[in-house]
Amino acid sequence: MRQIEYHAPASLAEAVEILAKAGPRARPLAGGTDLIVQLREYRSDADVIVDVKRVPELTELRLDGDGLVIGAAVPCCRIYEDEQIARAYPAVFDAASLIGGIQIQNRASLGGNLCNASPAADGVPPLIAHGGTCRIAGPSGEREVPVEKFCVGPGKTVLERGELLVSIRLPRSGGRSGSRYERFIPRNEMDIAVAGAGSFIELEDDGETIRSARVGLAAVAPTPLALANATDALAGRKATAEAFAEVAEAARKAARPIRDMRGEIWQRRHLAGVLTRRTLEVALERARAAGNGTR
Amino acid sequence: MKVHVRATINGEPVEFLCEPRPSLLEALRDELGLTGSKEGCNNGNCGACNVILDGRLVNSCIVLAPEIDGAAVTTVEGIAPAGGLHTIQQRFLEHAALQCGVCTPGFIVAAKALLDEKPRPTEADARLYLAGNLCRCTGYDKIIRAVLDSTNGNAEETA
Repeated sequence: MRQIEYHAPASLAEAVEILAKAGPRARPLAGGTDLIVQLREYRSDADVIVDVKRVPELTELRLDGDGLVIGAAVPCCRIYEDEQIARAYPAVFDAASLIGGIQIQNRASLGGNLCNASPAADGVPPLIAHGGTCRIAGPSGEREVPVEKFCVGPGKTVLERGELLVSIRLPRSGGRSGSRYERFIPRNEMDIAVAGAGSFIELEDDGETIRSARVGLAAVAPTPLALANATDALAGRKATAEAFAEVAEAARKAARPIRDMRGEIWQRRHLAGVLTRRTLEVALERARAAGNGTR
Repeated sequence: MKVHVRATINGEPVEFLCEPRPSLLEALRDELGLTGSKEGCNNGNCGACNVILDGRLVNSCIVLAPEIDGAAVTTVEGIAPAGGLHTIQQRFLEHAALQCGVCTPGFIVAAKALLDEKPRPTEADARLYLAGNLCRCTGYDKIIRAVLDSTNGNAEETA
């Protein structure tokens, strides 16, 4: 590992200033579970490390009437230990509790998962499914980007020189809504997704008609994918097996997977469909349970 | 440029100067002489370097040393009471839950973190919690038995 500079700014403005000054040499450090390994293996040429865990905006985890704000450096454990978040954003809970082992969950953040921009990131489909927005701060001010637009290729994001992911905001989720994240791996735990899907459903008061739905996919394209057209078409329809089968077919069509040691192209395409259907089914069950007050 | 780090390690205040580059594991072993934490994979997969950082189990190989400024760290050296063994260590001996021993400190620290969090874990709880610790010798069953057996009397000895 090459020599590095280490900074631990206490404010967002200070963090942005250091990042902007050092430009491409700088990387923000949250849990370090990807970054430190990349530095040690010379897969990152950054040498100015900006530890953002002392910046209040990046460590805040706030659930209120407007929704959920997840600071970009909040570790997974803080998310799954919060029962209210688990109830309102179950797909986010699902992903936070299956990324790595306890040691990784105690450090790794969903913000870091997004910035690492792995196509297989488990944390991203639930954020897409919940309609998340990224808050980005930079030298010329702040901007917002929908989660599904944040990654632009494997390891690449929309962040420009000096910019920093501050937090992810998920809109209010409650009433008759439910969500689910599932991935396929050839073992029970501790693996990288061959494919993954996160689904969200909100029902009308009749408990049958879909008010809105969203699906995000992992590991079936160079970036996490949102199935916007297929899920927009669900609004106003009954939550039936046929409706879900259409979205599953759309997932198979949208998938543009590669073949690697984890899976074949045909297998990932197939899994995109299966996981989409399964996660929609569980999201529906959860939405109904929430509507009946049994969740 | 060296970084001045002040932390509490195994209950003792500690101050040291380090380059920003070394991991917490390297600082513990090379700067502070605490060689109980082991380097296995050095990339966050095996758990041999486990320590408890501000109450959370972490892999010290993927923490930068300067990150612990102001924090409290418990290493395997801080687990046994003076002159004795912690129940978990005693049960590892009784169940022969080790062969080469390289993974053992990490397992002991992880088991301590588990029992602090959940004093009466089920076997499934223990297997899931310890899934981030790899052992290439014993095959885990003896380790799991040792950990589950440690729940007897654990509360008194770790208080």
